[in-house]
Amino acid sequence: MALTVIRAGMLTTVQDLGRRGHRADGVPLGGAVDAFALRLVNLLVGNAEEAAGLEFTLVGPELEFSTATTIAVGGGDFGGPPRWQPVRVRAGERVKFGPARSGCRGYLALAGGIDVPAVLGSRGTYLRGKLGGLDGRALRDGDVLRAADLAREVVGRWHIDERILPAYTAAPTVRVVRGAQAGEFDGTLTDGEFKVTAKADRMGVRLAGPAVGRSGGAELVSATVVPGTVQVPPDGQPIVLLADAQTIGGYPQIAHVASVDLPLVAQLRPGDTVRFTEVPLAAAHELVLTREHALAMLREGLAGKIC
Amino acid sequence: MTLSPLGDSAVVVALGPGLDETALRRVRALAEALDRDRPAGVVDVVPAFASVTVFYDAVHCGGYAHLCAELEARVARTELALVSQQSRSLEIPVCYGGEWGPDLGEVAAGAGVSPEKAVALHAGADYRVHAIGFAPGFAYLGGLPERLHTPRRATPRVGVPAGTVGIGGAQTGVYPLATPGGWNLIGRTPLRLFDAGRTEPALLRTGDRVRFRAISAEEFAAWR
Repeated sequence: MALTVIRAGMLTTVQDLGRRGHRADGVPLGGAVDAFALRLVNLLVGNAEEAAGLEFTLVGPELEFSTATTIAVGGGDFGGPPRWQPVRVRAGERVKFGPARSGCRGYLALAGGIDVPAVLGSRGTYLRGKLGGLDGRALRDGDVLRAADLAREVVGRWHIDERILPAYTAAPTVRVVRGAQAGEFDGTLTDGEFKVTAKADRMGVRLAGPAVGRSGGAELVSATVVPGTVQVPPDGQPIVLLADAQTIGGYPQIAHVASVDLPLVAQLRPGDTVRFTEVPLAAAHELVLTREHALAMLREGLAGKIC
Repeated sequence: MTLSPLGDSAVVVALGPGLDETALRRVRALAEALDRDRPAGVVDVVPAFASVTVFYDAVHCGGYAHLCAELEARVARTELALVSQQSRSLEIPVCYGGEWGPDLGEVAAGAGVSPEKAVALHAGADYRVHAIGFAPGFAYLGGLPERLHTPRRATPRVGVPAGTVGIGGAQTGVYPLATPGGWNLIGRTPLRLFDAGRTEPALLRTGDRVRFRAISAEEFAAWR
């Protein structure tokens, strides 16, 4: 089956859950910035959670499917088919997305996943390293992607319990755990409201707000960072790192976004506002366990409903 | 040895304080031991500077406290098993100056030496890989002679070709990918620092010993 990109939108890439196990070589995790959304839409078409799908940014693509298949769309609202449910697509049908009405990144999964070669264990596109996806680059008008010939049937009438979705909003309060240098800052991240600047991409989001000054602390050596690390350069304006962030950073780390709230940051767009609230590490772990339990329940519930 | 959380999905095992021979060897030994026999829930092991960062899956690690106890036990065991394991030594051929290193003259002037002497200083030093990061295959090297320390350029270049050898402050390194960059460019190596198609994609790894060797433009061309 062929998936033709009629219009690519602003930045559409093939993504999965990224490259695990290659950080020692300096290779970022990559993969879907809102990994939860991709996992969920994959489950909704009967795929493994890590199957490759499409990630689009701010303006969605227009796509043509050569044969009948089943898709699911999630993440931000880009118009097009209803989100968070399996949708049958006929042979030759075009599916069109527009500008994001809410959120920043949309995800599309289709039955069987997108068939591009895995590079270092991932089909995800790492733009800066020109790895994975379609020739390591963003999709362009006219590109043709291959996918499995699979049209899974939806059995019965059902919908998912939307309480499993992250609380997407244009003004989220994001939970963070303390970073290694948190004690060296005069201000705290949790005092004020930050605006999302236009300097935002798959590597990170630069925020603007009350300057978070650092007075104490020794000269820092570079240190490992993760998606979700909030680092503060000398200008006091925090940067939240995302999926494509480099593996080592040189700025002090004030905090790290709790894993379960990373989707909220992934969906921020320029002009949105964000607040932070600190939670203990144990609470962040508890949140992960709760979410993974909910996903496991959903996975079980979907068994036999899409096949 | 200290354990400190890096968010809710990783923990940093700091083996410092310094970055001397012993620390580098401990980092290498612990990273290899953990990678060979991963504790439950561990998904990635990253040696960097005087630490090893361990990435875990909170669902499968048996709890954070359990993981930390396991890591502490591993560190103790690695200490005991630490023998005179040799680090790898690699040589990186570099064509210095000219179109490959347009800033060599400035770096030499800053050091108060001739370009030839600057090359001799750079290629005469022993370097250690303190970490791989920043970009795939990029090595943070320690050991740049102090005379060659040169501030970053005021205006970064838009495109620095892959393989370019640069100096930024007290650091020297090789750009593995074509990228914008603010370092002073002194030469280029024909070697590929990173190649996703290789079994070991990154040429260098943390703990390696590195030396640079000056090669001629003809040799550079022959490598390709």
